[in-house]
Amino acid sequence: MSDANSNSTVRERNPSNLRAEVDALIAQGAFDLASRRLAELWRRDPASGTASFVTSRLEQLRDNVALAKFKLAILRSFTVEPIVPLLRAEAFAYGIDLEVHVGDFNTYVQDMLDGQSSLYRFAPNAVVLAVRTDQAAPELWRDFADLAPEVAREAAERVVRGYEQWIGAFRKQSQAALIVHTLEHPSSPSLGVLDEQSEAGQSGLIRQINRELRRMAAGFHGVYGLDYDALVARHGSEHWHDERKWLTARLPISAGYLLHMAREWMRFVVPLSGRTAKVLVVDLDNTLWGGIIGEDGMAGIKVGAEYPGAAYQALQRALLDLSRKGILLAVCSKNNLDDAMEALDKHPGMLVRAKHFAALRINWRDKVQNLREIAEELNVGIDALAFLDDNPFEREQVRAALPEVTVIDLPKNPLEYASAVRNCAAFERLTLSAEDQQRTEMYAVEKQRAGAEQKFQSKEDFFRFLEQEAELEPVSELTLARVAQLTQKTNQFNLTTRRYTEPQIAEMAKQPEWHIFSIKVRDRFGDHGLVGVAITYDVGEQCEVDTFLLSCRVIGRTVETALLAHLAESAAQRGCKRLTGWFLPTKKNTPARDFYEQHDFELQVTTCEGSLWTLDLDSSTLRCPDWIKLKVAELIESKPGGKN
Amino acid sequence: LTAGTLEQVRNVASDIFGIPADRITAESSPETIENWDSMQHLNLVLAIEEKFAVQLEPEDIEQMKNIGAVAALVEKLQSAVR
Repeated sequence: MSDANSNSTVRERNPSNLRAEVDALIAQGAFDLASRRLAELWRRDPASGTASFVTSRLEQLRDNVALAKFKLAILRSFTVEPIVPLLRAEAFAYGIDLEVHVGDFNTYVQDMLDGQSSLYRFAPNAVVLAVRTDQAAPELWRDFADLAPEVAREAAERVVRGYEQWIGAFRKQSQAALIVHTLEHPSSPSLGVLDEQSEAGQSGLIRQINRELRRMAAGFHGVYGLDYDALVARHGSEHWHDERKWLTARLPISAGYLLHMAREWMRFVVPLSGRTAKVLVVDLDNTLWGGIIGEDGMAGIKVGAEYPGAAYQALQRALLDLSRKGILLAVCSKNNLDDAMEALDKHPGMLVRAKHFAALRINWRDKVQNLREIAEELNVGIDALAFLDDNPFEREQVRAALPEVTVIDLPKNPLEYASAVRNCAAFERLTLSAEDQQRTEMYAVEKQRAGAEQKFQSKEDFFRFLEQEAELEPVSELTLARVAQLTQKTNQFNLTTRRYTEPQIAEMAKQPEWHIFSIKVRDRFGDHGLVGVAITYDVGEQCEVDTFLLSCRVIGRTVETALLAHLAESAAQRGCKRLTGWFLPTKKNTPARDFYEQHDFELQVTTCEGSLWTLDLDSSTLRCPDWIKLKVAELIESKPGGKN
Repeated sequence: LTAGTLEQVRNVASDIFGIPADRITAESSPETIENWDSMQHLNLVLAIEEKFAVQLEPEDIEQMKNIGAVAALVEKLQSAVR
């Protein structure tokens, strides 16, 4: 039987006991456990009162547990203060210590235009521009029936121009991400059903503003639209709004939906702060299909186009969507391998197949151990895993043993499985590179490569057999998003672990003394895509490596040497005498620790932060290995600059 | 007024005002609870609406002079629903 524990009850702690337990643990100094219990309390009871409790205890925990720091500013035309504790509690559950700055009512224009404003002094990582239609386009909202058609159209155009001007000013002052609420259209247009008969009606013009806002946002780096209308529609306009609170407290959202506003913001904050999951590990029985394959057999399990199997197909469709965004799928199931593989390969109702999974652990062993192995096999940290399992017992075990894993709480009803996955902010992405879309195939090819390697006597023979080709080029408009993404998420082979946003990279690329290279790698098995980044800057006769990183997929096949050799060569060509670089150790970058030493750099100095290494370029023998065919693209005028 | 409702309201107030529930009584009010200001009053209203699935009218909100009055209001609204 596969789900031997499915009927065993997980010990449920009630919320008030959990509060007492958290306080006792904090008093004892058991901060990690206190933090886990506090997150559990939030999961069990995500309400306003709980949020106040969570944020007050977070003050006591923040310096004692590992949390990612993130600063969010909210510019607004309505009351958001009651949402802030909910947002901070939700962020805490994702391992983020969120500091929030709220702008004054309706001062967002001044705040964005004035370089000395409290907004810029706060130095946010991201800014939300939450403006309601009644404020952004008052004529269209209030007096629409009085407006002549051309006046209404001009008003709509003026709204977009206003946004464009403020956002342009913002981008000059700050490299923070900007999340712009699009405008809501009225739930009861002023002309009733007549309004919908024309695209130039009240709703039509607001839709047009939104289209223009999206187009404009795409013209800037790091500016994203939040579809406020869709958010309201998902929950139902009648439920979402509270006219009483709007008129008395300028709070338009009713009490029960404030959490959903906070969660929508988190869908941006989580990917921006790098707390995303890269792999989703799924269970099989009663998760990917209904029933137990080992007992019910191929004919008995439920998965297909009709109820009840449709619920599982809906989940599978959600998984395939994640896979198209570059999130790897893996299986961890207690089952007989043959039974499970037969269903995965042959069941006619299945949408996902064995080929969609980058790793499979179908056995009777402990899931915690299996998850560790999956992370190792796929070369990702444990914190990059998310875990989907219908069995609360398994979920609790994983949470206790591997607190870094994102564990998704599946609802009891399988019809809600798909939206539980789709609503998980850990799977949100704000940009998508070609590499993301092909990742599953790349991992499949990687398995062939690993198989081939074992057949060779020497590493060198294997390298020659691989026929690697590397293509180096300065960062351009086309590669900017991927380069920034790699600095944000590469943890292992990363010498300095400096994280940069797209606007920051674009700014650096404009400076003549800075050089930003990306490297693409291909071999006889396939294309790895853009897998490495090096950033240097020249100071007199010295060229310093600011960033040097490679995706772990290509490590150990001497591509790193090729990239470093190119940095040395191009620095020498510019007249530099020395190439220097820091190694800044983190919990995760040990694979890069000996990199400079292995390439004959000399140790210059060691501090509490790391070690500084230097290479004398006149006497250096550092060369690109002859088994790598290196192509260097010319530095052309394709430096980023098209966007603002 | 039932003890159950009062206790639940005290627990909510304890979270919102950040003080232990056993230091909150039916008589606790903005005069005795230091950070019961207008913003915390709004937070209390929202937490009550969420917790008890009720909707408070602006007139109700003005009546919430102390914790006992809040609990009485909750009971009135809940019985009206039934």
